[in-house]
Amino acid sequence: MDVMPKWAEVILVPLISLLLAAIISALVILAIGEDPIAAVNLMITGALGSTYGWGYTLYYATNFMFTGLAVAIAFHARLFNIGGEGQAMLGGLGVALACLYIPWPHWTLALLGATAMAALFGAVWAAVPAWLQAKRGSHIVITTIMFNFIAAALLNYVLVNLLRPKGQMDPATARFPEATQLPTLHDLLAPFGIEFSKAAPANVSFLVAVLACVALWVLIWRTRLGYEIRAYGHSESAAKYAGISPVKITMIAMIISGALAGMMAINNVMGEAERLVLNSTEGAGFIGIAVALMGRSHPVGVFIAAILFGFLYQGGAELALWTSIPRELIVVIQALVILFTGALDNMVRMPLEKLFLAARRARAPKPERKPVEPAE
Amino acid sequence: MDYLTLIQLLDSTVRLATPLLLACLAGLFSERAGIFDIGLEGKMLAAAFFSAALAAITGNVWLGLLAGIGASLALSALHGVASITFRGNQLISGVAINFLAAGMTVLIAQDWFQQGGRTPSLMAGGRFEGITLPGAEAIADVPFFGPLYAELISGHSILVYMALAAVPLTWWLLYRTRFGLRLRAVGENPASVDTAGISVVGLRYAAVAICGVLCGIAGAYLSTALQAGFVKDMSAGRGFIALAALIFAKWRPWYALWATLLFGLFGALETRPDVIEAVIGMRVQGQLLGALPYVMTVIILAGFVGKAVPPRAGGEPYIKER
Repeated sequence: MDVMPKWAEVILVPLISLLLAAIISALVILAIGEDPIAAVNLMITGALGSTYGWGYTLYYATNFMFTGLAVAIAFHARLFNIGGEGQAMLGGLGVALACLYIPWPHWTLALLGATAMAALFGAVWAAVPAWLQAKRGSHIVITTIMFNFIAAALLNYVLVNLLRPKGQMDPATARFPEATQLPTLHDLLAPFGIEFSKAAPANVSFLVAVLACVALWVLIWRTRLGYEIRAYGHSESAAKYAGISPVKITMIAMIISGALAGMMAINNVMGEAERLVLNSTEGAGFIGIAVALMGRSHPVGVFIAAILFGFLYQGGAELALWTSIPRELIVVIQALVILFTGALDNMVRMPLEKLFLAARRARAPKPERKPVEPAE
Repeated sequence: MDYLTLIQLLDSTVRLATPLLLACLAGLFSERAGIFDIGLEGKMLAAAFFSAALAAITGNVWLGLLAGIGASLALSALHGVASITFRGNQLISGVAINFLAAGMTVLIAQDWFQQGGRTPSLMAGGRFEGITLPGAEAIADVPFFGPLYAELISGHSILVYMALAAVPLTWWLLYRTRFGLRLRAVGENPASVDTAGISVVGLRYAAVAICGVLCGIAGAYLSTALQAGFVKDMSAGRGFIALAALIFAKWRPWYALWATLLFGLFGALETRPDVIEAVIGMRVQGQLLGALPYVMTVIILAGFVGKAVPPRAGGEPYIKER
């Protein structure tokens, strides 16, 4: 029997963890001589007070949705994919190749093609560590970390030596052709008479990310494969006994994970920059870890957490602009969220469990205790 | 390539290998006791900042070193609380520590010094200067041995010699003392250590603390010896290269020395493309050379060239049977 009711496990524990992270963040802001309440107000107006702010918030949230889902699906198979960053970089390379070398007639087809290429490149970059884990027993966390660095070096090499147009100084590809440019939320909402900021980078990829959330929910909770992945994550030996192949599940979970991380590139590379630059991922692969932990690996949770982190990112940029609080505050908040929801969750859970146990004992009728006869 | 270039190359190899070696030995203690630590990077970074900051404020590099070790120990304590006391996920705790250090160092640097997340440049006295070993100047002109002694062996900062001395010390501690035997046992089979009546928790905290001290020295070396001051993200992935070296060394101290020297050599070669071209007769891209430690680690971890087997109880929180 569970010690805690389900709602406490799903809502109360993460909420308290978040609260702790928020309190410490507020203390940090106080310590550097700023007002936390004013800072939050500034973040809210900056990130949510205008369609321009929303446009940036949703743009960042799109990135984090993809990388968060990537980490989440791997978590379900009890695999820690820390390589989202590298997979997203490779996804960017896939998008760049698709956009530069294939003459697309229309953006819809370009989006389909680029998504496929991004997913393929990201999946391949995740498949190698997966294979090494499944077949050779090398620890997937270490291998995916190494693959992040290898990806960065590879991308650097490709951009500097192969894809950079002649005569250009900065290591980046040429601009993608007109036909591959994705419509922004401004373009999409205009037909409905909704005025949305033209300058903000949020684009149609946001809808793709939402679709990915739905698709992943269906996969995890409504298909046989999803069941197998979850079963494998809960108990490897039980899954094996039930005839589920560990090699197959490790490979499939990581390939889906890598594909999702790679698909982030349709947002930041195709939708925003419209060319591939160095360090285009800007750490979004790592934020996926925080997002997945906060969202408790559930697609709905990931969606909410991604929006929250999008808000933090845009709000943090506004803070850096208007106050003396550097942008790195966001990195600290991200660290605290990972720490409290991912590593110190037992610190919150243990006292709560005691509390619930005590409450249950108080409610339950006390067992009759017979007076012990004193021994003669 | 002439002799003097070779000496110079090896000299910078030693300089670049030192922080890797210290961090690698730090990870060795932690992981041998069964606590995975991917937070080496963050601990080094925090130590680099606090040692540079204290050295800049007080003008005394030794106080800086102490502050660096203190900062690194604080993060180690956090890792210990999360992964030993609360039996949390050690890998996630390490990731959190890396981000915490990356963010906090810039935040505090900006608050204290207002120089865009860096410390002021360290003057003499605020840095660990090179030490001229006795007789180095006297025999500098002797052919062959002169330059070898004067350029390569002499002239490093005290931290370099400390790092080199830490290798036999680590070996002795791990393989020749009771503490070392218990520490290795707690990483392989904590239940047996517990049965023998020795505290698993105590041993693991001790290992994590040693890891903190060594990471602290590594970080202090970065900002007060290798460079003169702290800049944002100055650890630049060295914690992960150290982790790679640790696997490459198969969790053994002497191998750790060779592995970090090898990776240090790659680092030194990256800045000297002319030397590579002269030796192997073709140009090698710097970026690809930089990725070499990671590629080699993946290969060795996959067991294609000699299998690297991690401590058996690594990453698993120990739960006493109730």
